[in-house]
Amino acid sequence: MKYLSEFRDPALVEDFLNEIHKITTQPWTLMEICGGQTHSLVKNGIPALLPDKITLVHGPGCPVCVTSIGIIDEAIYLAQQRDIILCSFGDMLRVPGSQKSLLEVKAEGADVRILYSPLEAVKLAEENPNKQVVFFAVGFETTAPANALSVVLAAQYKLENYSILASHVLVPPAMEAILSDENNTIDAFLAAGHVCTIMGLDEYYPIAQKYKCPIVVTGFEPVDLLQGILMAVTQLEKGEYKVENQYSRSVLPQGNLIAQQTIHQVFEVNDRVWRGIGNIPQSGYDVNTVFKKYNARLKFNIDIIPAEENKECISGDIMKGLKKPKQCPNFGTKCKPEHPLGAPMVSSEGACAAYYHYAEH
Amino acid sequence: MPKFDFEVITMGHGSGGLLTHRLLKSGVFDILKNEWLDQQHDGAILNINGKIAFSSDSYVVSPIFFPGGNIGDLAINGTVNDLAMCGANAEYLSLSFIIEEGLRMEELWQILLTIKKAADKAGVVVVTGDTKVVEKGKGDKIFINTSGIGNIHPKANIHHNRIKEGDVVIVSGNIASHGIAIMSVREGLEFETTIETDSLPLNHMVMLLLDQFGENIKFLRDATRGGIASVLNEVAEITSHGIYIDQKLIPVEEQVDGACEMLGLDPLYVANEGVFLCIVDAESANDALNLLKSTQKFDHASIIGHVTTENKGKVIMKSKVGGTRMVNFLPGEQLPRIC
Repeated sequence: MKYLSEFRDPALVEDFLNEIHKITTQPWTLMEICGGQTHSLVKNGIPALLPDKITLVHGPGCPVCVTSIGIIDEAIYLAQQRDIILCSFGDMLRVPGSQKSLLEVKAEGADVRILYSPLEAVKLAEENPNKQVVFFAVGFETTAPANALSVVLAAQYKLENYSILASHVLVPPAMEAILSDENNTIDAFLAAGHVCTIMGLDEYYPIAQKYKCPIVVTGFEPVDLLQGILMAVTQLEKGEYKVENQYSRSVLPQGNLIAQQTIHQVFEVNDRVWRGIGNIPQSGYDVNTVFKKYNARLKFNIDIIPAEENKECISGDIMKGLKKPKQCPNFGTKCKPEHPLGAPMVSSEGACAAYYHYAEH
Repeated sequence: MPKFDFEVITMGHGSGGLLTHRLLKSGVFDILKNEWLDQQHDGAILNINGKIAFSSDSYVVSPIFFPGGNIGDLAINGTVNDLAMCGANAEYLSLSFIIEEGLRMEELWQILLTIKKAADKAGVVVVTGDTKVVEKGKGDKIFINTSGIGNIHPKANIHHNRIKEGDVVIVSGNIASHGIAIMSVREGLEFETTIETDSLPLNHMVMLLLDQFGENIKFLRDATRGGIASVLNEVAEITSHGIYIDQKLIPVEEQVDGACEMLGLDPLYVANEGVFLCIVDAESANDALNLLKSTQKFDHASIIGHVTTENKGKVIMKSKVGGTRMVNFLPGEQLPRIC
């Protein structure tokens, strides 16, 4: 794990900070897309070290936060069925649905398992032929290949008791939705390094051109983030709007072609409702018709009444970068990790959680 | 292990009848043999003088066996350490088992041997106990409760009220190893080298610290569930002082740090079983640190911060890259992240 020390080197951090201070002449607003980047920034106390002229706003890139309340309710409904083992990444358990969270139904006796990989869920289906195993397949393009692969393997093994509840979301359409919002304040993006590791850079060139907005694909460590900020500010100061790759140790221009192939084998692009933001056309993946028997939504004929979001939660404005967590009147009072109004307060990548845990309030 | 005519524990072993008698006779009493236990009485009659500390704790760890130990030494060290944190040297323990039927005798035997070894190492005797058996599905293999008493060290004056601005915070060793050792077994994760639990009796070191620094040792707490972050938050809250710590001074083994990164866990919140925090008067801080570091078990001890009058009731940490952040209480279990 030598990346830990090298990319957290205080001397390098200081060099980048000095350089950023030196070149910044105008006020700029940068959005880091990914919740992992948000947490790294706030956890390391970086925003306070930057010039006052630079404002960082936090993007919609927390897969837990943008999973709509309706889908959480679907997962809870499935978990409550007697013969279903619902498997999920850990992050999703604390997120409130309309009535409860997965953690609460687990405490009531539902068989909810925390896994690190959907392939473990396939194994669980093999080991439990009398149970239906459903994997809660959330995430951006980053987690889509492994989730798709689990379906491919289940089909190969002829498993009749495995399916996924897919709720994938895609970054580029969300970026466009943010940039075309009439209240948009974003001057440049730090794009999500892990998403681009899978998808490459191609989708970002048209966005940078159309909106005249610099996009720097950035990693997650303090040194990565500061270098990404420096690259973005350098472009802004020069009036440029290119796509640049700070995270080249992980991101190839074409991305990971095998992973992309697996995604397209199993998923098709469709419209997706983002929690707090609403419907964004062509911004999600769902299981395609070829693999429809692995689509939990069709398989179990989920019939629940679509729920309303909590009106008091302003997560949409936060994820579009229009407001910061502390500008929410409920931050730290009505809305806390132990009784959240919305997902950003409980997700390990949620912007509100980052401010609640790490920033002084 | 001697040859038993049963391989697994059944409900009969908790009946109080012949099977119970056989189980105790052939296992527990032989292994843990001492003058109090030999009496096979309902309780132990002890001679005690002066001020004692009394503590009780239950152990429900899953899995019951993990790299570097098992539920047995956890149960002994846990109570020994809770007493040590009160400034007491553990002397007598009680030991109670709640066994789920189906536990293999061989596993129980292994646990008993570990208990014996841990008790000897800590210099404590198990003088009384109890065994219950519950139906399959009503427990999780085995739960253990230990309670213990020990005499308070004559120089001990440990109380959070005595903490003042300028006092120094020392951590006794690498943090987060126990939690990650458990996680690695639970999640079937494999690392290049095995990460082992740090489970350890802390009483001998605490007695040495009290011998030398007496009242200058203001506060002791082993950082078990919730890790060092939880202990520091408790101290900040209860004393209304601020606590300032420096991330680069907090010792974490590289492997453990890497595992935490991968799993999306913050080592500050991960459980320890052989790590304690010591808040000590500034005048004794360096000497106390040197005493710790002079022993192999505590050679990674480190001064990680100090008590301040700023940020009252809060824990503030300087990050490795020079920014500052709050360190909060954890709202619940740390859950692994998506990506």
